[in-house]
Amino acid sequence: MSVTAEGLPPLRMTRARRNALLQSEPVQGFALISPTFLYALILLVLPILVVIAHSFWTQHYLTIDRTFTLENYRVALTEPIYRDLLWRSLYISLTVSFFTVVLAYPIAYFISFHGGRHKSLWLFLITIPFWTSYLLRVMSWKVILGYNGVLNSGLMGLGIIDEPSTALLYNSSAVIITLTHAWAAFAILPIFVSLEKVDRTLVEAATDLGDGPLGSFLRVTLPLSAPGVISAALIVMIPTVGDYVTPKLVGGKDGVMIANAIQAQFGKASNWPLGAALSVTTMLIVSLMAGATVLIIRALQRLAR
Amino acid sequence: MSGRRRVLSGGWLSAYAFLYIVFLYLPVIFLPIFSVNVAATPKFPLTGFTLQWYQDLPRTPALLDAAWNSLVVGVSASVLATVLGILAARSITRYRYPGRRAISGLIMAPLVLPEVIVAISMLLVMLQLGLSLSLFTVVLGHVLVCIPYSMTVLTSGFEGFDRSLEEASADLGESAFGTFRRVTLPMVAPAIISSLLVCFTISLDEFIIAFFLTGTEATLPIYIWGQLRFASKLPGVLALGTLLLVASFLLMTVAEILRRRAARRTQNEGGLYA
Repeated sequence: MSVTAEGLPPLRMTRARRNALLQSEPVQGFALISPTFLYALILLVLPILVVIAHSFWTQHYLTIDRTFTLENYRVALTEPIYRDLLWRSLYISLTVSFFTVVLAYPIAYFISFHGGRHKSLWLFLITIPFWTSYLLRVMSWKVILGYNGVLNSGLMGLGIIDEPSTALLYNSSAVIITLTHAWAAFAILPIFVSLEKVDRTLVEAATDLGDGPLGSFLRVTLPLSAPGVISAALIVMIPTVGDYVTPKLVGGKDGVMIANAIQAQFGKASNWPLGAALSVTTMLIVSLMAGATVLIIRALQRLAR
Repeated sequence: MSGRRRVLSGGWLSAYAFLYIVFLYLPVIFLPIFSVNVAATPKFPLTGFTLQWYQDLPRTPALLDAAWNSLVVGVSASVLATVLGILAARSITRYRYPGRRAISGLIMAPLVLPEVIVAISMLLVMLQLGLSLSLFTVVLGHVLVCIPYSMTVLTSGFEGFDRSLEEASADLGESAFGTFRRVTLPMVAPAIISSLLVCFTISLDEFIIAFFLTGTEATLPIYIWGQLRFASKLPGVLALGTLLLVASFLLMTVAEILRRRAARRTQNEGGLYA
């Protein structure tokens, strides 16, 4: 008896406290996330704003002239060298994202529809190479495609070619192959997730109503997995446009991309404002391309239905 | 009929899946193969087995320095990123408030931005602030790129976590901190360790941000990058690369096992008490 009597007041108090606590849920939640949020603001948003600001300034040797100008953008968009690098970067990232998505889709489909009990094992097998160093993966392609590399020496050993081919390394195809390999796992995951959400009874209904396996796939599964395809395409397209390591290691002169030019402006050439303008231009153009991709995939999705 | 058709298409798909796995793994496997090859140039036919390239590694002072730097950066970055990840993941999974999605979107953004642009933006700010480039600035950068991964791992560990357990603990008189330490923490410990391992692996392998934000001190990927200019150094780089591959592979396997255990634990407990 006395125990309950003693136990009651604190219980009522905690309940009251808990109610107050629940009322301030937004405050608590926001307070909890604010350190991480602040970190991202200070080290991501602020730096990007600084880059945007720099892109409107000019540099005289070591001092920055803070008068507003669009000169850097004029150079970035009209100088043939930067225009070519931009186009090539966009072309490479578009091609890479196309191939990664097309190659990844059947795998995601296989794991989702035929993976059975081993789904997570398959996913693990596919993502593990992705966790190894990016630099090392690019390096291994250099070893494979090089003049004295695996492919050349292998093909010569088999008697298919007589002398090493120089066509394999140091061009944009080498960059595309390497990037397609490097980003493969990144494309599989979002497609897999959206395929998992496809209601299996809809597929069955389509089959019952006379659609063949291909018909039900094209009219039900594929359109329903479009969101996954969209995010897979974007998750590959946006980062690859600014890739630095791959063009540097396997691209040679014909595979140079915009990131190499940006790096040069912050390094040897030491023209920060131009480097900043090139970065902003790249981001804007790749965002436009990403937006266009989303619209096209959505339109195709509607057509399929 | 439809069953057979399904098996049939499954058969074609499994063949494709097998080829795809080969495509994913084959390039990576050449590194270990040529790291134990006698010849200094990586080409076929192989000339014989040797461990010489591995034995040379510990005799290179620059490499040992780089390894130490990588360890320091990796440990600092993974601890900081995991602490920030815990706060964010807990806030996202436990509370509902306006702007939640936008904030988590911003925190996840480094995952989908070109790394070069993230790196040069941070470089600009750090130079403006007069911070001299060092391993410290590399840690700051690595924390930013590790947080999204940490948050993903931790969110999957925190999700499905049964709130009534915490409420029970509070009702029984535990303070908020006591509840966290004695109820929440033991449940999510595997997810936290998993996040630490994932972040350490990312930091260990990360090149671009370290390349832009470091002063004179090299991490392992930067050391490798420097060595790539010399063809004669390639076997040593292959040996070092192989060791890094094995380290990443082991760390990620352990991290994945722990993450799954964490997810299963919170779900099971939820199921038990629901």
